[in-house]
Amino acid sequence: MTDKITAKDINEQDKTLLADLQDALANCMKCGNCMEVCPVYKEVGKEAAVARGKLSLMEGVLKGAIPLSAAFDTAMSKCVSCKACTAKCPCGVPADELILRGRQAAVKARGLHPIKKKVFALLKNRQLFDFSLRMAGIFGPLNFKKLPGKMASLARFPMPGMDYKRVTAPFASTPLRNQYPEVIKVDKPKMRVGFFTGCTINYMYTDVGQSVLNVLKENNIEVTMPSLQHCCGTPVYMSGDVDSAKILAKHNIEVFDEYNFDYIVSACGSCTEAFRIEFPHLFHDEPRMKEMTERLAKKTYEISEFLIDVVKIDKSKLGPVNTTVTLHDPCHMARGIKVTKQPREVLKSIPGLKFVEMKQPDRCCGSGGSFSLGNYELSRKINDKKIADIASTNADLVATSCGTCRMHLMDGLHQNKLDKNALHVIQLLDQSYQAGHKK
Amino acid sequence: MEKHHINALKEIVGEENVLTSAEDLYCYSYDATPGHSHMPDAVVSPANTMETSQILKLANDNCIPVYTRGSGTNLSAGCVPTKGGIVLLMTRLNKILEVDLENLVAVAEPGVIVADLNKEIATLGLIYPPDPGTVATATLGGTVAENAGGLRGLKYGVSKHYIMGLEVVLANGDIMNTGGKNVKDVSGYDMTKLFTGSEGTLCVITKIITKLVPAPEAKKAMMAIFKDLDNAGKAVSAIIAAKIIPATLEIMDNATIRTVEDYAKVGLPLDAQAVLLIEVDGNPIVVEKEAEKVMEALKANHADFVQIAKDDAERDKLWAARRAALPALAKLRPTTYVEDATVPRNKVPDFLRAVSSIAKANNVTIGTFGHAGDGNMHPTIVCDIRQPEEMKRVYKAMDEMFSAAIELGGTLSGEHGIGLGKLPWMEQQHGPVTMNAMKSIKRALDPNLILNPGKLVGEC
Repeated sequence: MTDKITAKDINEQDKTLLADLQDALANCMKCGNCMEVCPVYKEVGKEAAVARGKLSLMEGVLKGAIPLSAAFDTAMSKCVSCKACTAKCPCGVPADELILRGRQAAVKARGLHPIKKKVFALLKNRQLFDFSLRMAGIFGPLNFKKLPGKMASLARFPMPGMDYKRVTAPFASTPLRNQYPEVIKVDKPKMRVGFFTGCTINYMYTDVGQSVLNVLKENNIEVTMPSLQHCCGTPVYMSGDVDSAKILAKHNIEVFDEYNFDYIVSACGSCTEAFRIEFPHLFHDEPRMKEMTERLAKKTYEISEFLIDVVKIDKSKLGPVNTTVTLHDPCHMARGIKVTKQPREVLKSIPGLKFVEMKQPDRCCGSGGSFSLGNYELSRKINDKKIADIASTNADLVATSCGTCRMHLMDGLHQNKLDKNALHVIQLLDQSYQAGHKK
Repeated sequence: MEKHHINALKEIVGEENVLTSAEDLYCYSYDATPGHSHMPDAVVSPANTMETSQILKLANDNCIPVYTRGSGTNLSAGCVPTKGGIVLLMTRLNKILEVDLENLVAVAEPGVIVADLNKEIATLGLIYPPDPGTVATATLGGTVAENAGGLRGLKYGVSKHYIMGLEVVLANGDIMNTGGKNVKDVSGYDMTKLFTGSEGTLCVITKIITKLVPAPEAKKAMMAIFKDLDNAGKAVSAIIAAKIIPATLEIMDNATIRTVEDYAKVGLPLDAQAVLLIEVDGNPIVVEKEAEKVMEALKANHADFVQIAKDDAERDKLWAARRAALPALAKLRPTTYVEDATVPRNKVPDFLRAVSSIAKANNVTIGTFGHAGDGNMHPTIVCDIRQPEEMKRVYKAMDEMFSAAIELGGTLSGEHGIGLGKLPWMEQQHGPVTMNAMKSIKRALDPNLILNPGKLVGEC
């Protein structure tokens, strides 16, 4: 791999990709409004960290002013994909997508990072991936000790590629989908839904998956967890490896389309976004796949959104959960699928629960999916601001709707010595249904 | 710049605060002005006044150009490093040093974000009035250096009306203080005012003493739509003649109205020639009375439609159209020039008419909105900088537009500054004697011409 690749080289590789990029990039008027909201720029303080800088780097490469270098690659990787810049932009420049395109160009020209290459190769092999993560669940306790009362664990020994002090979620000894039959039947179901578990819920946060199943059962809904479902591909897509993302997307689309569900639910903003926005985007120029993805996209809902907008849950069955809760909006919920009201409505409908809003509930927690793996120190700094915001609410716990956010919040609470828990919104609703039965 | 200069800079500020990679340099080759880009040799960010002084001494001794930069949001190419050299990034000097309630004064470093200063003093019932559109990202130092204004300019003025004193580093590295906390201070030349708005050509600002004012207790917003441009102009004059100074008095021309309506669907009639948005602020009782008088003035001058906001939600609705003006125009085409020509306020209708005929004659899209109360207009040209033939027409239209403003007794800039963008018309506005005097000041304070060379007064 050479270190310097010129615009001419990429031009030869993919002319159409560049042509439509050039137009999109030209729309950035360099006003710098993105600086106000970029969590990475706030910590790093350099132009290359903010969207305006990243877009001009891409322009520079296209003009041939700078090479498509390792430093370009690094600059593109310093983005949590929180979409705050895009939401703020007065010119409507989709900066988050363009930065992904920048990563994509880097991957195309320079190849994928060797570690990512190995991980993605594993990810593309569903059976091997499943086997590895199940093994991690079985042998994990040898290396991880659990933090009391929480879904969180700390490494006993240093782990390669991970900060020693970092709190993670333990791998489940039995993944969620192995704990249940594929179809979970109820008497005279009012609808049939397919549950896309996502990797985090299947292999780590099985407690969230259990709550989703309990809550759907309470509402007399038949749930199927298709056994052949696989990672939605978001981490791969975000890294610029579009070809691999398409393989994963196509697999999931074909698996879910087979069942003809009334609805598809997911308990993660990013997974929902994948079904609803990314998949149709990935296959926009393949008519058969496009038709299929659009059909699925229309019936895909995030769990809180589904319960409030579609099911319209019967709130009289809910029992008291006496606790004070604040809510963190995951980026892909707030700015991806734009679902923020429904999780609040879920929380506010729980008797006894006191809801307090933090100052910036939709500011990124710093996790950025796999961003925190490669940029732990930076992601901690972003997270410390989030934790301070949570602390100032004096809430007993923080609720959210994304597994990686929950994990990063848990780590932040631990590092900042706050004895609070982080839970998925739906877990509190599950607790409320259980309390309702005891009434 | 030579390798040993870079090493010397690293010794002053530390290795991690000198950027030299092609990628980093490219990111400091521009500001928010279209069409200007040039690579510096190094980006250096000092931590304090002493380091700033050492950097300038080094640069001065070796005749290395220095371009001071905050957030780089300016619209005049003011911090584009046109001759290479050092981009002096001041964002690490970002502390609010003092809020003095007895003197109603704040002391802050130049890298403080203006909105952060306002957040800090809001709890004390105070405001720092200059509020440029980029208030949430722009640094205090940058806004002082550019003499930035904002929506409240009519009642509250621009930056220079709030700067009481400065600590600056001169070109040779000497540290100098001007002004202070004295409300009345007539001792010597007014160096504070000279440096405020000097656009990085005379000194580097390292500390700022600002005046703070009590926050208005109440606000009231009104909107009026006019099918006749002259009636809108007369309404503006009538409001001022009624001895009311609104905090804001905004206008949008027909081209902007059409674009906004197409984009935001706020309910503006497409044949309207002007929309006025007025906001009065202050004591609640006075605000009510003033709002009534403004409404009378609007009706007396044949406004075709008037509306007054009863509460905050209605106020937001009225503001929606004005807020959409720039985004709506900017989305039309890839390149957006937000110009800043200013005329005496009674000449606003004449200027709007001139701009619209210049746009038509040159086949260029220009929407004008701006601050009718203080005459500060923002003719916004949208185009595609990659189309050479179109750009020829754009530059011709710009030329005619600034000439028109000057002929109406106006000025090249009400709040954005001159930088490089408006340099071509400086002599036309000021004449050779004034230009010579300005250049003499530049040469006296910066004999080696290292500070933002070629900007504001041009080559010396």
